[in-house]
Amino acid sequence: MQHLVNAISLGFVFGLVAVGYALVYGVVKLVNFAHGDVFMMGAYMMFYASVLFGFPWLAAVIFGIALTALLGVGIEKVAYRPLRKYPRINSLVSSIGMSFLLQNFAVVVFGGIQRSFPVPEMMKKTIILGEVRIQSVSIYTIIFSILVVLLLTFILQKTRIGLAMRILSTDFETARLMGINVDRTISFTFALGSALAAVSAVFYALRYPQIFPFMGQYPGSRAFIAAVVGGIGSIKGALVGGFLLGMLTVLLPAAFPEYSGYREALIFALLVIVLVFKPNGLFGQEVGEKA
Amino acid sequence: MLEITDLHVHYGGIHAIKGISMKVEEGQIISLIGANGAGKSTTLRTICGLKEATKGSIKYEGVELTKLDTSQIVKRGITMVPEGRRIFPNLSVYENLMAGAYLRKEREEVKKDIDYVYGLFPVLKEREAQRAGTLSGGEQQMLAIGRALMSKPRLLLFDEPSLGLAPVIVKEVFQMIKRIHSEGVTIFLVEQNAYEALKLCDYAYVLETGTIVLQGTGKQLLEDERVRKAYLGG
Repeated sequence: MQHLVNAISLGFVFGLVAVGYALVYGVVKLVNFAHGDVFMMGAYMMFYASVLFGFPWLAAVIFGIALTALLGVGIEKVAYRPLRKYPRINSLVSSIGMSFLLQNFAVVVFGGIQRSFPVPEMMKKTIILGEVRIQSVSIYTIIFSILVVLLLTFILQKTRIGLAMRILSTDFETARLMGINVDRTISFTFALGSALAAVSAVFYALRYPQIFPFMGQYPGSRAFIAAVVGGIGSIKGALVGGFLLGMLTVLLPAAFPEYSGYREALIFALLVIVLVFKPNGLFGQEVGEKA
Repeated sequence: MLEITDLHVHYGGIHAIKGISMKVEEGQIISLIGANGAGKSTTLRTICGLKEATKGSIKYEGVELTKLDTSQIVKRGITMVPEGRRIFPNLSVYENLMAGAYLRKEREEVKKDIDYVYGLFPVLKEREAQRAGTLSGGEQQMLAIGRALMSKPRLLLFDEPSLGLAPVIVKEVFQMIKRIHSEGVTIFLVEQNAYEALKLCDYAYVLETGTIVLQGTGKQLLEDERVRKAYLGG
C-alpha cells in the first residue's frame, strides 16, 4: 500500500513533466529536449526565491512557476521561432543545444554543488494508518497533480486559447485562416508547458530535496519515454505513460528486490515493446487522416 | 471592392503569378478558371495573406492587403473555404464552427450565426457533437463553408469547392454558393469545373501559367471558341 501511494505520486510527477513534452509536441511538433532543464531552472528559481530573497515557501513556488513560464516563452522566441520555417530537425538540434546551454549556465551561475531545496514542515510528516506509513508529500503530490490536470483539461477544452492550441495542432495554415495569432498561441503553449515543468519540479524536489544543475536529465528522459510510450502529443497518453514508469520505478524494486538492478533496462524494454507493437504509442493518433 | 494590380508571386525560384490584374465588384460572383498549376490557388492564398506577394498590390476597399497578416485580413471581412476543405478532424462539428468565429467577441451574435449555419445545413446540427473527421466528404464541405460563414465575411473566396465530390453533392454546393451570394456576400470562385463556374458567375478570368489570357462575362466565355476547346471539352 505505501509503495502504491508512492508509485502513484511519482507517476504523477513523471506524468506532469511528460504532459509538458506532449503539450509542446502536440502543438508545434517539436520534441523539446530542453524541457528537463527548464524543470531544473524552475527548481533553482524557487530555491533562490526562498533562500536568497526570503520569500515564504508558497510565494517562492508561485514566483518560480511564473518565472519558469517566462523562461519557456523566451527560449521559444530565441531558439525555435527563427527556425520555424526550416525543417523540423533544425529546431530539434537547437533544443539539444538549449539543453546544454541551460545546464552549463546553471553550473556557472548556480554552482555545481548540490543545494537543499526547502521543504516546509507540513510536507515532511508521515501519516501512519495502522501498518501503512505514507509520506504526506505523496498525498499532496497526488491531490495537486489531479488539480493541475483538471485545470489543464479545462484550459484546452473550454477556453478560446485552448481551442486555438488544438486547432494549431492539426493545421497551421487553416489556423491562420481562422484569424488565430500563431506566434502568440505558441508562446502561450510554451508558457503552459514550462509552468507544468516547474510544478512538477516542486513535487520532485520535495521528494528528492537535493537540487543540482543536471537534476533535469533523469526526470526529463523518463518523462520523454513516458510521453513516447503514451503516444507523443497526447495528454492522456503522457499521463498514462508517466504512471507506468512511476509504477515500474517504485513497485519493481519493492516487489522483487533482487531484480531492482534491472529497473532501467525494464523501462527501456517497455519503450521498445510499445514502439514495436504500437509505433504511435498507446494513445497516439494514427498518422494520415481522411481529407 | 477588391482590386488586384500587377500582382507577382514567387515560390522560391518559380515565378507562379506573373503580373495579373483583376477586379471584384461588390455583390458579384467572380470566377477564376484554369488548369492545374496555373496559379489559381496561389492567387487566393495571396489575397488572404497566406502567401506573400513579391510585387504588386491587392486593394480591398482602399486598404492594401499585401502588408497585412491573415488575421487582420479576416477581421476586415474576407475569408476562404480552402481547397480540400481542411476542416479540423479532431474537433467536433460545433468546435469547427466556433473556430470560424475565433475573432468575434459578440457571443449572442455568434450563437445566432451558428443557428443560421445549422439552418443552411441541417445535417451539421444533427452531428454537432461528432468529430468532424467522421463526416462524409460532402458533409465536410458543408462544414468548411459553414465555418467560413461564421467569420461573417463580406467577400468569400472558394478554392475548388467541387473537388473530389460526387456530382449530386457538387450540384448542392453550387446551389449553396448561389444562396450565400443572394444573401449579400460577394463571391470569388476558383474552379476546375469550368462549366459550372462560368454558368454561375457575373464575370470570369482565365488563368494560364500565371498570366490572365482571357476575361469576360460568364456567358461570353461559355461561347468563346478557345474556352470551349481548352476547358469545356470541345
